[in-house]
Amino acid sequence: MENIRYDLITALPEMVLLGMAMLVLIADLFLKQSNRIAIYGLSQLALLMAAYITFTTHSPGAGYAFTGTFVDDSMSDVLKLMIYLGTSLIFVYSRQYLQQRDMFRGEFYALTLFSVVGMMIMVSGQNMLTLYVGLELLSLSLYALVAMDRDNARATEAAMKYFVLGALASGMLLYGMSMIYGMTGSLNLADIHNALMATEKTHSVLILGLVFIVAGLAFKLGAVPFQMWVPDVYEGSPTAITMLISSVPKLAAFAFVIRLLAQGLQTMAVDWQQMLLVMAVLSIIIGNVTAIAQTNLKRMLAYSTISHIGFVLFGLMSASINGFASALFYIASYVLMSLAGFGIILLLSRKGFEADKLDDLKGLNQRSPWTAFLMLIVMFSMAGVPPTLGFYAKFTVLQAALQAGFLWLVVFAVLMAVIGAFYYLRVIKLMYFDEPVDHHPIQVPADMRVALSVNAFALLFIGLMPQGLMSLCGYAIVRSLS
Amino acid sequence: MLEYFLQHILSFSIWLPIAFGVAVLFTADDNKPCVTRWLALAGSLASFLVTIPLYTHFNFADGGFQFQERFLWIASFNIHYHLGADGLAVPLILLTSFTTLIVVLSAWEVIEKRVAQYMASFLIMSGLMIGVFSALDAIFYYVFWEAMLIPMFLVIGIWGGPNRVYATVKFFLYTLLGSLLMLVAFIYMYHQTGSFAITDYYEMPMPLNVQILVFLAFFAAFAVKIPMWPVHTWLPDAHVEAPTGGSVVLAAIALKLGGYSFLRFAMPIAPDASHYLSGFMIALSLIAIVYIALVALVQKDMKKLIAYSSISHMGFVTLGFFIFNNLGLEGAIVQMISHGFISAAMFLCVGVLYDRVHSRQIDAYGGVANTMPAFAAFAVLFAMANSGLPGTSGFVGEFMVILGAIQENFWYAFLASFTLIFGAAYTLWMVKRVFYGEVANENVAALKDLNKREFLILAILATLVLALGIYPEPLTNVTNATVDQLLSHLSHSKLPAGF
Repeated sequence: MENIRYDLITALPEMVLLGMAMLVLIADLFLKQSNRIAIYGLSQLALLMAAYITFTTHSPGAGYAFTGTFVDDSMSDVLKLMIYLGTSLIFVYSRQYLQQRDMFRGEFYALTLFSVVGMMIMVSGQNMLTLYVGLELLSLSLYALVAMDRDNARATEAAMKYFVLGALASGMLLYGMSMIYGMTGSLNLADIHNALMATEKTHSVLILGLVFIVAGLAFKLGAVPFQMWVPDVYEGSPTAITMLISSVPKLAAFAFVIRLLAQGLQTMAVDWQQMLLVMAVLSIIIGNVTAIAQTNLKRMLAYSTISHIGFVLFGLMSASINGFASALFYIASYVLMSLAGFGIILLLSRKGFEADKLDDLKGLNQRSPWTAFLMLIVMFSMAGVPPTLGFYAKFTVLQAALQAGFLWLVVFAVLMAVIGAFYYLRVIKLMYFDEPVDHHPIQVPADMRVALSVNAFALLFIGLMPQGLMSLCGYAIVRSLS
Repeated sequence: MLEYFLQHILSFSIWLPIAFGVAVLFTADDNKPCVTRWLALAGSLASFLVTIPLYTHFNFADGGFQFQERFLWIASFNIHYHLGADGLAVPLILLTSFTTLIVVLSAWEVIEKRVAQYMASFLIMSGLMIGVFSALDAIFYYVFWEAMLIPMFLVIGIWGGPNRVYATVKFFLYTLLGSLLMLVAFIYMYHQTGSFAITDYYEMPMPLNVQILVFLAFFAAFAVKIPMWPVHTWLPDAHVEAPTGGSVVLAAIALKLGGYSFLRFAMPIAPDASHYLSGFMIALSLIAIVYIALVALVQKDMKKLIAYSSISHMGFVTLGFFIFNNLGLEGAIVQMISHGFISAAMFLCVGVLYDRVHSRQIDAYGGVANTMPAFAAFAVLFAMANSGLPGTSGFVGEFMVILGAIQENFWYAFLASFTLIFGAAYTLWMVKRVFYGEVANENVAALKDLNKREFLILAILATLVLALGIYPEPLTNVTNATVDQLLSHLSHSKLPAGF
């Protein structure tokens, strides 16, 4: 009895959020369209409650529940709080967009909350099956969200692609897990780790299983050569959904990688380091070079995401506490940048106009200097120019890779960062150097404007004072992994 | 009160113009540019006045860092907010705040489009450049160094000429590439010493092959900025397309960032590599001095001509650095300051003509002296100074470097002195074609002479050019002790024992 109570308390944030998501589903049935705003409030409340519980039940140590398949440690708490914050911002940014496109329905909020629960399980999973279930809950919610705009052919196509490739990746992941299970006799990460300590690690089945797992992870992260779905899904989905896909799930995917590779398969680091290295290099090349050729802003940001993931892999492949902490710092920074970037696209779009072409940004400085300035911060941050957050993200990752001895790879990465700077500069060029073609006034609710400004300026302020976020990331990793 | 101010004078010098810049941004109303202009002027004047005690309270006998401020900024990586100025930095800081004042004045009624953003860019840039000159922590320095690119990118891109986008993107990417390699060097040294403090790097022993790599990483960053041949190609483009203020800041200060950084980082951190590669560096400098001067000779565009002349003159600076003697180094520093005044003045002169006729082509003019006698007098003075006439500041630096070069090798001095001939040739030929002869066309006939504002700016610069030429001691007094200290540091090998 004690045990069950402890289990339930450990997973309380997940339980509460799940309950609230169901409540949203039911409440939606009884609400008229004019009162649907209550759903929005309820969803924000759900996130707030979960955040409160996560925050107040936080302890520096790790608490295991459900016979060791689920953990509440500092990394899970930090990541969960980041996920709540990101999702809450997504709700704020997307409200008007959804209303204008007749997508302001309970499904969006319920599915997003379900996906958040999936992310939380990925963050806290200590067992391969738990992790897998979390991943599937997240993925299935996202497939449905992409297809939510039913009459939109492009969105349907994107959902189809996303689903087929995502299912394939899940299959690979599961196949790899089964091989690891076959060799170690356990699905629990701690047991796998112990079993691997004792056995011959060069066994081909183990290596094969690892390859499948890494391939599955790469699919979910969107790293080259498994990146094909990313641009199409980013471009085809409604912008609000693109924003969701591109931001918070990356935090969960990061935790997923840490749990599997750094905790479970830590003894095989030499093998997965090489795989991550190849993917990191390819992602940075393909992401940056292909982004130059894009005319669609969402597609450009998709390739930019691929290159950012490459940098995250740079941190991960260092396979040290320093490297993992820097990768977490990078991904947290990336999520903030991505939210602000897509938030600005949402800000500029209106009924019947998506603002997703690069040319739609032309002359923004003359239409709205403030918005242009926010986008300027986001773009320089993505390019990694100080004094923005993006610089410290690149800095921490590069110093971790250099510490691990990858000097020439670091030199290569900075050369690629210069190529990357080019397409970010082009966005700034369009906003500041060109004359506007579109003269519609920009009308958005005040809360969105404020939240977006805070979000973009956070990139600048954390860039000036990065210690807080660095300490947080260091705390999360050090407490959980050492 | 004064005590507190003097302790934090460098912070004030950096953040005051930035704060004013941000305040100016909020007066963004092009219909009432008066508020913006006066606020910007007040900001730049205040920022200039704040930097003056750096000179008056400077201890001339001390070659180390003065006015230091230091506290922990990013604990995770042991990065400090660490400021300090030595005899090398102080003149450059003063030059920066002074130039900003000139730029704000020169833009007064010339800039009509988005005045607030223009003024704010220059004020913020001024603070950032002072930050570069006074930061003593590598990452802190790097942040200023890179952040400076953002306002410059916007200035060239928004207010520049027809080909501005190409020029500004080229400028940004060139500089970024070099800087990122420097960042890698910083991180490498951090992992060796556990610190980002520049003074720790000075003491850090390094084998020669590592020193060479570190030196080359710095070279990539600084050579682009100076710019040295063959990575100079961004400069003529950027200068030609930039608005007058942008050209002035680029020529007067931005190029000095590279020169300063060689003395602050590349040479003292990798002294053995500096000696080892000095032949290479001198060769590049001499090519810049001779070849680029010849290139300048055939330019049709006045701004382009001055841009090439800048590269050629900066060749003197790097030559002075790498002959490793007192005269050469001191001459190089004088040359940097003097070039700051002269190139600023030359670009302002082109700006004066461009504002009236909207052409920078030499053949669009002729006989300007007939319609603008006062302006012609100033322009000829600055042209003479640019070609190194004794009595102007241009002569002092070049002469000292040539004297220093003779001590090292006669042929260096021989080649370097060609610039005095070529410099005179391209500058005076341009002056002849633009200012003398018959009035060439009705545009020139309709020219009005300098207004009071332009007269004031040029008069101040002319005074400084002459003063520095006749009596350079106030400048060399500041740099003496630092130069001695630097040379003695450079004469000690940093190779670890056993090499």
